[in-house]
Amino acid sequence: MIEILYFARLREQLETESEELELTSEVSDIASLANLLRSRGGVWEEAFGGPTMMSAVNQEVANPTTAIKDGDEVAFFPPVTGG
Amino acid sequence: MNCISVQTEPFDITAVQDELRAESPAIGALVSFVGLMRDINEGDAVSTMTLEHYPGMTEKALETIVAEANERWDLIGIRVIHRVGELKPQDPIVLVAVTSAHRGEAFQACEFIIDYLKSRAPFWKKENTPEGERWVDARHTDKEAEDRWSSHA
Repeated sequence: MIEILYFARLREQLETESEELELTSEVSDIASLANLLRSRGGVWEEAFGGPTMMSAVNQEVANPTTAIKDGDEVAFFPPVTGG
Repeated sequence: MNCISVQTEPFDITAVQDELRAESPAIGALVSFVGLMRDINEGDAVSTMTLEHYPGMTEKALETIVAEANERWDLIGIRVIHRVGELKPQDPIVLVAVTSAHRGEAFQACEFIIDYLKSRAPFWKKENTPEGERWVDARHTDKEAEDRWSSHA
C-alpha cells in the first residue's frame, strides 16, 4: 500500500486530496504510477497526459525513474510558485 | 544559527534582523530579502492570495536549500520565514536573512536561497481577481534564476 497526495490545481482538478493504493507489479516507479493514474481516463487522463507535473517520493523531489516501494508517500503537484 | 519557519502569522522583519545580528560579534554583514504581495499580476487586480504548501516536505526542502548555502559560502546565521494561508497586497510573503563576516558571502547566499526556494520548495499561490480565483503559473524566469547557480561557485 502506498499513499498518494495531490496538491493545488491538481487536487482541485482531480477532486482528490489523497488516496491509498495497493501496489501491483506494473508499478515500480513514478512513470509507471503516472501511467496507471492516466489510464483512469477523464480528468486523470488530462492531468497526467501533460509534461508539466512535479512529483515527490517520501517528501523528496522525484523524477520519472524514481523507484516506488510499499509504504512510500508519493505526491504529485504542479510546478511550485512560492516566494 | 539557522532557523526555518512556515507560518500563517505575519513576521516582524526588524525583530528577526535584531535577533540574527545579536548572534555573534563576528558578523560584519546582514543581507535580507523580503518578498511582498503585489496588487497586480499579469495585468489583473488581485485582492487576496492564498498560499498552499506540502507540510513536511516544505520544511525538508527549505532545510536542504539552507544546508547547500552553508556548504557554498562561509555564513554565520540564516533565517527563512515563509507565510501560508491568506495574504493581502503589501503583505510580506517571505523573508530570507543571512549574516556573514563580509557582505559578499551574505549577498550571494541570500539570492541563492530565494532563487532555489522559488523553484524547489512546494508552495503554490492562488489569486483572487475580479474574474474569480486562479492558480498562479510557474515562471520560466524563476527556473533560469535557479539554473545560473549551477555554473557558479
